[in-house]
Amino acid sequence: MGRTLSTRLIETVLTLVLMSIAVYLLIGLMPGDPINMMIAGDPKMTSEDATRLRALYEVDKPILQRYLAWAGQALQGNLGYSRSFSLPVMTVIWPRLLNTFELTGLSLLLSVAIALPLGIWAAARPRSTADYLINLFSFAGISTPPFWLALLAIWLFAVTLGWLPAGGTADLRPGTGFGTALLQKLRFAALPVLTLTVLQIGSFTRFMRGAMIETMRQDYIRTARAKGLSERGVILGHAFGNALVPVLTLLGLSFGGLFSGALITETMFAWPGMGKAIYQAILDNDYNLALVGLLIATFTTILGNLLADLAQAWVDPRVALQ
Amino acid sequence: MFRRVLLVLAALCALTSPALAKDELVIAMNQAPGTMNPLISSMLAKSLVSNMTARPLTAYDVAWKNICMVCTDLPTIENGKARVVDLGDGKKGMALDIELKPLVWGDGVPVTAKDYAFTIEVGKNPVSGVASAEAYKRIVKFEIKDDLHFTMTVDRVTFDYNAIDLQIVPEHIEKPIFDANPAEYHNKTAYDTDPTNKGLYFGPFRITELVPGNRITLEANPTWIGEKPHFKRIVFKIIESTAALEANLLSSNVDYVVGELGMSLDQALAFEKRHKDKYVVIYKPALIYEHIDVKLDNPLLADRRVRQALLMAIDRKAMSEKLFEGKQPVADSGVSPLDPMYDPSGRKFAYDPGAAKKLLDEAGFSEIKNGVRQNAKGERFSIEITTTAGNRVREQVAQVIQSQLRQVGIELRIKAEPPRLFSDALNHRAFSGLAMYAWVSAPQSVPHSTLYSTEIPTEKNGWSGQNYPGYASPEMDKAMDSAERELDESKRRGYFADMQRIHAEDLPVLPLFFRVDPFVLPKQLKGVVPTGTLNSSTLWVEQWRWEE
Repeated sequence: MGRTLSTRLIETVLTLVLMSIAVYLLIGLMPGDPINMMIAGDPKMTSEDATRLRALYEVDKPILQRYLAWAGQALQGNLGYSRSFSLPVMTVIWPRLLNTFELTGLSLLLSVAIALPLGIWAAARPRSTADYLINLFSFAGISTPPFWLALLAIWLFAVTLGWLPAGGTADLRPGTGFGTALLQKLRFAALPVLTLTVLQIGSFTRFMRGAMIETMRQDYIRTARAKGLSERGVILGHAFGNALVPVLTLLGLSFGGLFSGALITETMFAWPGMGKAIYQAILDNDYNLALVGLLIATFTTILGNLLADLAQAWVDPRVALQ
Repeated sequence: MFRRVLLVLAALCALTSPALAKDELVIAMNQAPGTMNPLISSMLAKSLVSNMTARPLTAYDVAWKNICMVCTDLPTIENGKARVVDLGDGKKGMALDIELKPLVWGDGVPVTAKDYAFTIEVGKNPVSGVASAEAYKRIVKFEIKDDLHFTMTVDRVTFDYNAIDLQIVPEHIEKPIFDANPAEYHNKTAYDTDPTNKGLYFGPFRITELVPGNRITLEANPTWIGEKPHFKRIVFKIIESTAALEANLLSSNVDYVVGELGMSLDQALAFEKRHKDKYVVIYKPALIYEHIDVKLDNPLLADRRVRQALLMAIDRKAMSEKLFEGKQPVADSGVSPLDPMYDPSGRKFAYDPGAAKKLLDEAGFSEIKNGVRQNAKGERFSIEITTTAGNRVREQVAQVIQSQLRQVGIELRIKAEPPRLFSDALNHRAFSGLAMYAWVSAPQSVPHSTLYSTEIPTEKNGWSGQNYPGYASPEMDKAMDSAERELDESKRRGYFADMQRIHAEDLPVLPLFFRVDPFVLPKQLKGVVPTGTLNSSTLWVEQWRWEE
């Protein structure tokens, strides 16, 4: 177990190094540099200004040299400055990371809490009306465009009913009590969380249903039933644990999304999260911010996979960690 | 359990929105400002906020008249506060005597001439990170007489000598940071490391909270000596999706969407039809010049008759009427009809496809094969127009132009690129035929950076300059130089008329429209007056008020 974990750790570090090179080179190879964009927005800039700023921001140096300079600083704990925010990269990223975790974590929890019982319910009654309705709901969730669902939610709950804010985050002033602050935060999170939850429920439900149907066909389920166990006991005591293995893989893959954000939902609800930050950083040629954001997303995806492997081994002893 | 859930939901919904308290105004814009330091980078989003927290030395008011904001009197030749001086070596410059209003930074320290001296020092330093250093470099001498009086000498004589849109930073806070390491100033400025420091602001408001990319909260500044603002608190929310902007406005999550960075024109037109009972929409033509750059190196476009034919084949008036309900005025050149230097007698190109066909015939494109003209060499008149992807209005305009040019036998291929690719193609003059975008300018602006022959970006000059068509005309250079240096307004008007005449003949740029900023105002919000210039409406925020 220890050896497996240390091997995975080395693999993770290597992947991150390779990813940092790939991302830095790819962003650097895209046409345009930050100074071009400054010129486009400021007709007063002269040719001398452009040359001076290219030297100051070191965009006149070869891309590999810039990457090595960044990597050298990063090893000393300095991840650089975000050019578009004029702040250290981690100062920009931390609050966004927390915002994204709040949004995607809540929606993942809700999706799993709703999807697993729905999947089990549908699997226990295949081809029943309930099964068809659950399948219909799942496919609707999978195939609905996020921006459309977000607009629908805004129109219904914010514009028409006026129950919830259309976007943004809670504006908490000094002296706001914990309870009020929590309620305000939940109020602002409600619509984006609802949107993401509806979008995610479908795939989790389908996975759970499929895995459960497959498991319910196994010999040991027949044996459990033959022993006189109740259907509830068979499903929860024998089938659920075994059916959970493929669902855990999906959950592991979703773990990366907890920190890399949900671009469309964040944009529609003006939610300052990682997805929007990374996307805008790439568009604005903000190398450092884009690079660190993508590395965090890579790291959490790898970590999610590792956690999924560990969880699979824990749930199903037949899965050995090699 | 179900009841508990319902109770929690009811509690969530019962919490009132913070936008309802009317000594507070919640406004939204679709772009986030980067650094709040007024010297580093030029962004409209930043100036919308910083115009509430500080003021430039002078600005153009709503009538596009240059006025003092921080000074007491505009220095002019007539009042003796501006003088033409000899700089030696036969060079002439101008000395300007400035008297400051007794303004005070938010921490109680007076605004003095030292702040201006320090700001100019930062602006001139090549490693400070200031985006446009030209205005600072032109100041060759700065003499402080006392805290409120100084004289500055600029290295040339220009008609707009007293249009000094200089923003300052507080010397008592920023100087130690700058002196510690000028090359790190752009990263260490207190505007980014300590943006709620009261001492950074002297306007009617100061920043009390800044959540980068999300929200900026301003509160009335008690040290402001001007007219007291009606609102105690203003919250800027950054909402990048224009659809979400509208939804936030309708749900009262925000009170007002700033006109300068808010809804698009088509969106505002549709919004007005649906919600005119609650909102007033003001369409203010701005100095944002929508145009098409013509790549003059392209042999198909080298003949001026061809360019004139292109313009005559495009029905800009009908486009304005059909797409923008007539709200977006047609442009004849880069000089707006609202500009005092506009020459109404200048040549205009009305829609005339017959005349366009004739000019194309004369230019050698007389044979039509498969609906497309070609010249004697068999070269088809097929060109590409590049524009910014995601800009719905420009994409619509490009489609209409494509269809209208087809009627005179010109094939137009549309290429929409993301802004960063588009700006890169422009900077490297890598577009092949036409490029559609906009320039922002000030009143009485001489288009030196965009039409002067030395401003053509080339590999040799590091691809700097913004003369993307590649236009070089000694006559136009001379007219621009003369206009820039002429202090007499009536003579200057003549040079501006020359510029407009030469432009209309050569057409290195096909003028389209002057873009309109739609200001969608709730009926209760009074005092917001659109300017149409880079000096945004927020410069007069103290006049904004809410009347039920």
